[in-house]
Amino acid sequence: MSAPAVARDHPVIALDAVTKTYPGGTQALRGVSLTVEPGELVAIVGPSGSGKSSMLNLIGTLDRPTSGRVQIDGFAVADLDDRGLSALRGSRIGFVFQHFHLSAGVSALDNVADGLLYRAGGHRATSRAARRERAAVALDRVGLGHRTGHRPHQLSGGEKQRVAIARAVVGDPPLLLADEPTGALDTAAGAGVVDVLCELNASGTTVVVITHDRDLAASFPRRVWMRDGVAEADERGAAPTTGSGS
Amino acid sequence: MKGPQGRALHPARLHPSDVLRVGASGLWTRPMRVVLSALGIAIGIAAMVAVVGISSSSRAELDRMLDDLGTNLLSASPGTDLFGAQAALPTEAVSMVRRIGPVESSTSTGAVDVRAYRSDRIPAAESGGIGVRAADLDLLDTVGATVAQGTWLTEASSRFPAVVLGKVAAERLGIGHPDPRVLVQVGGVPCVVVGILDAVPLAPELDSSVLAGRQFAAQQLGWDGHPTRVYARAAPAQVDAVRSVLGATANPAAPNEVDVSRPSDALAAQEATDAAFTGLLLGLGGVALLVGGIGVANTMVISVLERRAEIGLRRSLGATRGHIRRQFLVESLVLSTLGGIGGVVLGWLITAGYATTQGWDVAVPVLVVVAGVGLTVLTGAVAGILPAVRAARLSPTEALTG
Repeated sequence: MSAPAVARDHPVIALDAVTKTYPGGTQALRGVSLTVEPGELVAIVGPSGSGKSSMLNLIGTLDRPTSGRVQIDGFAVADLDDRGLSALRGSRIGFVFQHFHLSAGVSALDNVADGLLYRAGGHRATSRAARRERAAVALDRVGLGHRTGHRPHQLSGGEKQRVAIARAVVGDPPLLLADEPTGALDTAAGAGVVDVLCELNASGTTVVVITHDRDLAASFPRRVWMRDGVAEADERGAAPTTGSGS
Repeated sequence: MKGPQGRALHPARLHPSDVLRVGASGLWTRPMRVVLSALGIAIGIAAMVAVVGISSSSRAELDRMLDDLGTNLLSASPGTDLFGAQAALPTEAVSMVRRIGPVESSTSTGAVDVRAYRSDRIPAAESGGIGVRAADLDLLDTVGATVAQGTWLTEASSRFPAVVLGKVAAERLGIGHPDPRVLVQVGGVPCVVVGILDAVPLAPELDSSVLAGRQFAAQQLGWDGHPTRVYARAAPAQVDAVRSVLGATANPAAPNEVDVSRPSDALAAQEATDAAFTGLLLGLGGVALLVGGIGVANTMVISVLERRAEIGLRRSLGATRGHIRRQFLVESLVLSTLGGIGGVVLGWLITAGYATTQGWDVAVPVLVVVAGVGLTVLTGAVAGILPAVRAARLSPTEALTG
C-alpha cells in the first residue's frame, strides 16, 4: 500500500527509551531504544525473561509502553486509540507466530485470505473473491501454490508456518514480525521457513525475527541482543558462526 | 488518526456477508454443541408456538362452528319468581314470540316431571341425570340439531310412545342405534326409540334429554303443556333488539321471571376460560425460552474462553474491539435464530399433529411465527452481549499467550 518513496522518510520501527512494567512490579523493559530502517532483516535475540516478548508486543502495537515512545511506520502509538492501532496492525504489520494459529477445518487459501479481512487500506474492504485471488498469489510466493485446498491438519509443520507467513504478507505490509517462527519446527523445515523470510526481505519487506536461538540469529545481517530488559548489543554484518544461507 | 504525512488510519468496515461468515465460522466446527444449545431455545419457542397454535386452531374451529350454527339463536326459560319458586312460561309463549318482527322461527321444549330408564328393573334413583322433554316438531331446524340415526318425531309418531334420544342420553341408556324392538321406560310407559341426535352445541340441554311428542307427553306422561324453554332465531342484525323484548314477550305477566340467554355467548365464554389456561402454558414456554437463552449464554462464554488464541490472532490481523464484539454477538444470534427456526417448525408440527387428531384446520397465526423468531433474536442478543463484551475487552497479548 504505502509507496516506498514515502516510507523512506522515516524508520519502520523507532523505539525511544521504552520501558514496560507489568502490574505487580515486574520490569520487563528498562529503557530500550531501537531504530529499524525500511528493508532491514533484524533478529532480536535473547534468553527467556530477557524482555524480547515484550519487545514483540510493543513493536506489534499489541501493547503500549509504560514510558518512552514507540513509532511504527511513522505513526506514534501513543496518538492512536484502539481503532487506530487495529488499523495500523491491519495495514502495516504482518505477524507470524510460533504455533501458526491457523483456523482448523479451513483451507490454506481461506486461512490466507482471512489475512485481508480486517485490512482497510485506502479503499473499501475487498470482496471475498478478490481476497482469495490475492491469497493464491501469496501462497505461490511461499512455494505452496499447489496446496491451496489443503486443510491445516493435512499440512506438515513447515507448510503450516509457510501458510501463516503467506497470511502475514498477503496484504503487503511494510513490516513482518516473526515470533520464534522456527520454534515448533525441525531443522530442515526451519531452514525452509528462514529461506522464505529472507526472500521476502529481498523483495523489500522489513523483517524482524524474535528468537532465543543463537544459531538462527547468526544467519541474519543484524542482531539485537536482549538481556534483563535492555538491548545489550546491536551487531551488524556477518556473524562468526554461519547458519543456513539464503 | 493522522500519520506524519497526513496519512489516515481507518479500520476496515466488514461487508455484512463477511460479518455473518465470520460469526458463523465458530459454529460449524462444533456442531454437537450448536445442536444442543439451539435445542434449548427450540423447545421454548416450540412450546409457545404450539400453545398459541393449538388454541388459535381451536378458536378457528369454534368460529367455523358458530358460523355454521349461527350466533342468532336466543333461548328463554322460566327463572324463579320473587319468592324463589320455579316459574312457568305460558302455553302460548311460542306463538307470542313468533309475533316479534325480526324473529325468523321459534320453538320450544317442555320439561316433563318423569324419569326415563333402560328397563323397569332399574332402581328409581339411578335416573342417570336424564331429563324428559316434550318437543315441538320444528325443534331441530331452529336449534340447529341434526339426527345421527333413525328419524325425528313426526305428526303421527308424536301421538304414540315414541322418543328421540339426545347423544348423551343414548349413551347413558346404552342405546347404540334405534330399533323397534328396543324399548325404554319413560314414566313407566314403554317407548320405542325412533332416533338419536348428534350433539347440539347451541342447546346442550338436549344432549341429555329424552324427547317425546307433545300429545303423547300430555296424554300419558302428565305434562301440563307449559314450555320450559323457548328458542328463537332472530334476524342476525336484530339479535340484541329481540333479546331485549324476548322475556316480556314470552311471559307478559311476569317478564322478570324469564331468563334470556344467547347460547353462542356461552361457547365463546368457555373459549375465554381456555384462553386463561393458554396464558399459563405460554408462561411456561417463556420459562423454557429463558432457560434456553441461559444455555446459549453459557455456550458463548465457553466459546470465548476456548478461542482466546483466535481472538488474539484476529486482533493481530487488524480486528478492532468492535469487530470482535460483533463476531461473537453474531455467533450468538445465529445460534439462537437456528434454535428459533427449529422451534417454530417443531411447534407447527405439534399444532398440526394435534389439530389433525381433533379434526380441525391448522391455524398458526403468522404473527406468532414472526414473534417467535423475533423473540429468539432478542434472546440471542441478550445472551450474547456479555460474552461478546468480554471477548472484545481481552487484550491482544493476553489472548495470544493465554
